[in-house]
Amino acid sequence: MSTTIALLGDFGDAVQFIFQERESVGGGVQVGGPEELWGFAKTHLLVSLAAMLIASAISVPIGLYLGHKGKGEFLAISVSNVGRAVPAVVLVFFLVAYLGNGFLNITVVLVALAIPPILTNTYVGTAQVDRDIVDAARGMGMKSSQIVRQVRLPLAMPTIFAGIRTSAVSVLATATIGPYADVKTLGWPILTPQTYGFSGQLGAALLVALITLLADAGIGYLQHVVTPKGIKLAGEQGPTRRRLALPTRRREAAT
Amino acid sequence: MLALVAALALALTATACGDDDSDSGSSSDSGGGDSAKLIKDDPANAKKKTIVVGSKNFDEQYILGEIYAQALEAAGFKVEKKLNLGSEQIAYKALKSGQVDMYPEYTGTSLTSFFDVKTDDVPKEPDAAYELAKKDYAKEGIVAMPRTSFENTFRIATTKAKQKELLDGKTTVSEVAKLPNASKLSIAGFPECEQRSDCLQGLKNTYDWTPKFVSDEGKYQPIDKDRSDLGFVFSTDGELTLGKYAIIDDDKNLFPPYNISLGVRDSTYKELGKEGQDVILKVQKPLNEKAMQELNSRVSLDKQEPEKVAAAYLKESGFTK
Amino acid sequence: MSPTDAVGLFAQLQTRDRTGEANCVSEDGFCPDWIADNWQRYQDPFVEHVVLTLVSVAAGFLIAFVLALIAHRRQWLIGPITAFTGALYTIPSVAFFFLLQPFTGLGKTTAIVALTCYTLLIIFRNVTTGLQAVPAEAKDAARGMGLTENQLLARVELPLAAPEILAGLRIATTTTVGLAALAFLAGAGGLGAELDQQPYFKSNVVVAGGLCVLLAAVLDVMILAVQRFTTPWQRASAS
Repeated sequence: MSTTIALLGDFGDAVQFIFQERESVGGGVQVGGPEELWGFAKTHLLVSLAAMLIASAISVPIGLYLGHKGKGEFLAISVSNVGRAVPAVVLVFFLVAYLGNGFLNITVVLVALAIPPILTNTYVGTAQVDRDIVDAARGMGMKSSQIVRQVRLPLAMPTIFAGIRTSAVSVLATATIGPYADVKTLGWPILTPQTYGFSGQLGAALLVALITLLADAGIGYLQHVVTPKGIKLAGEQGPTRRRLALPTRRREAAT
Repeated sequence: MLALVAALALALTATACGDDDSDSGSSSDSGGGDSAKLIKDDPANAKKKTIVVGSKNFDEQYILGEIYAQALEAAGFKVEKKLNLGSEQIAYKALKSGQVDMYPEYTGTSLTSFFDVKTDDVPKEPDAAYELAKKDYAKEGIVAMPRTSFENTFRIATTKAKQKELLDGKTTVSEVAKLPNASKLSIAGFPECEQRSDCLQGLKNTYDWTPKFVSDEGKYQPIDKDRSDLGFVFSTDGELTLGKYAIIDDDKNLFPPYNISLGVRDSTYKELGKEGQDVILKVQKPLNEKAMQELNSRVSLDKQEPEKVAAAYLKESGFTK
Repeated sequence: MSPTDAVGLFAQLQTRDRTGEANCVSEDGFCPDWIADNWQRYQDPFVEHVVLTLVSVAAGFLIAFVLALIAHRRQWLIGPITAFTGALYTIPSVAFFFLLQPFTGLGKTTAIVALTCYTLLIIFRNVTTGLQAVPAEAKDAARGMGLTENQLLARVELPLAAPEILAGLRIATTTTVGLAALAFLAGAGGLGAELDQQPYFKSNVVVAGGLCVLLAAVLDVMILAVQRFTTPWQRASAS
């Protein structure tokens, strides 16, 4: 009970930390306040955005290609999955030997983290496009590249965006390990409690959660915008596939 | 030759004195001439409450935590280890709340981090610092046990090559602070160091020197791999025995004393009893700077596990079989 | 005094002069010899890691699955539950292990609570999506055959949703293996604790990190096997 009351107090303290500067726990330095935190937030957003752009640029083309060809399911899904298990912190320290500290180090790590959901989803979304539709397109004389661009991609958009959403949330949440490579993201107050105290940790964590929620909602909106009208009208999630009463062939789609 | 004969004579004389079952529970033992060095297992201790031993999150702390824990175990106590608690704030909270019953803390750190003493106001004399910490701890219901002889203070280090090249061969911080390239030099430290008055801020306040700070989890890697020019290191680091690094002397005595004092909760202190308390004092006695450097080397250079290193220490020093 | 005590007199720590020493281990390299000698130290942390992962995923699956079933009957709940589990998911793991400490203290409980929370969104979303994607015709046919709603769920909807559910389980499991590497911040041990001890020693990083990946791969394949086994009509093959 007392912990709950204490937490409410800590919560209020954390909010105050966000809006007002104060002295550090050990004394001697001013910490917190909107200016300092905005600086951290900028770095945080910058490194996350860079990672997402690079990861998408890598994953989407590969996913489209493999999904269209129908090959490489193992690569797109299983290897991807296992890739999620590599602890980001491990990668950071491992890369320090080769890339040193800094922005590049963290960006590479976040790219590695962001690729699996986007790659898997792009692959699945592309591959799951209704056979009939693709056949029809081929029948109309479309080349492979046209099919991918004009048929598969639009129909796979919702699924791809779902993957981007998941990635974005992971990346934004994980950018908090920036300090391990001397990159001052919003993780800095969280990882230096000796200076920032519990309320500092809480305050920074709240900011990260807020940013992440906004990003998730924002991408969700984008997802809505890019979904072709036809699919929206059909009312189902993702590309439709209707085949009598027999079970449909559904491959795993990542969240 | 003469020395050998003398040593032999001494050994023979010593063998002739005392008796077999001297369980004197020595409180002021002086190492040599003490037959009760071996920790005796007292079954009565097993009936007491389990003692939870904690430690902070770096090599020396793991080693010390293991030493105290294993020593108490040898004495028959039931011991649970909760090492690697985290930074001192977390460890202190755990101690106050009873999550751990004891953990080793540095006198200087406790004063500046827990008891609001400004770095400049910390007594420079180890005993004075200890007594002050002891008083402050007592107000929180914690007994600060007698301090170790070794202290683990901050040192500023660089490679011998860099000292020649970047520091013009200078050996004291005052001299380095006055160098023309002083503000362009970079110094690596653990993240919190940047804002601590007994770390980077101290350089600013005491030496009027503001080098560039590089936050790094490694101590010597940044210096070795050119991620920084200098580094904050610890005086008991194993790496210092390699002879590769040069220490820049803190001539204005910025850093306060950092002797270890095991902080024990009041109730646990009573549970330990005279015997338990003596075991602690006994095992920490041989710990001087050289000994700690050796133990730290075994972990950081030989990559042995702190648990095994502590066990070896107790065995080699004659505390356990 | 016995002779043993006399020996004890002179017993002291053996110090070694390391000046100028430089070998694979002290240089933080990748040292197969060292690995061969020291692999036992990873056994306990590995087991801890496995336990943390399995318990968290099991607990998360239980909770999320039940929530999804409830939401399946009351579709209006899907939004709020997704939002709540989503919010939990956005709490940076690094922070979560610290923030829980005032409530659950240090140790495995804190770690498991945090890790479980992270699995909720993934599993909930996948179960819900899987159930929603069951073709209406299949449900109608089943109802036409006289199945009750519960029988419908057990015999038609869940089996058809199985691939999606298990896919979510795979993702949740592998993600948890990765996140459990930070559990040491909550005092819960695991392979992350070993990493934290010697983060720059390549041998250590490779072994500890490698074991994480291995664990994830094994669990991933196991769940995949369950999926193939329980849904024989879904022999997934490339189109």
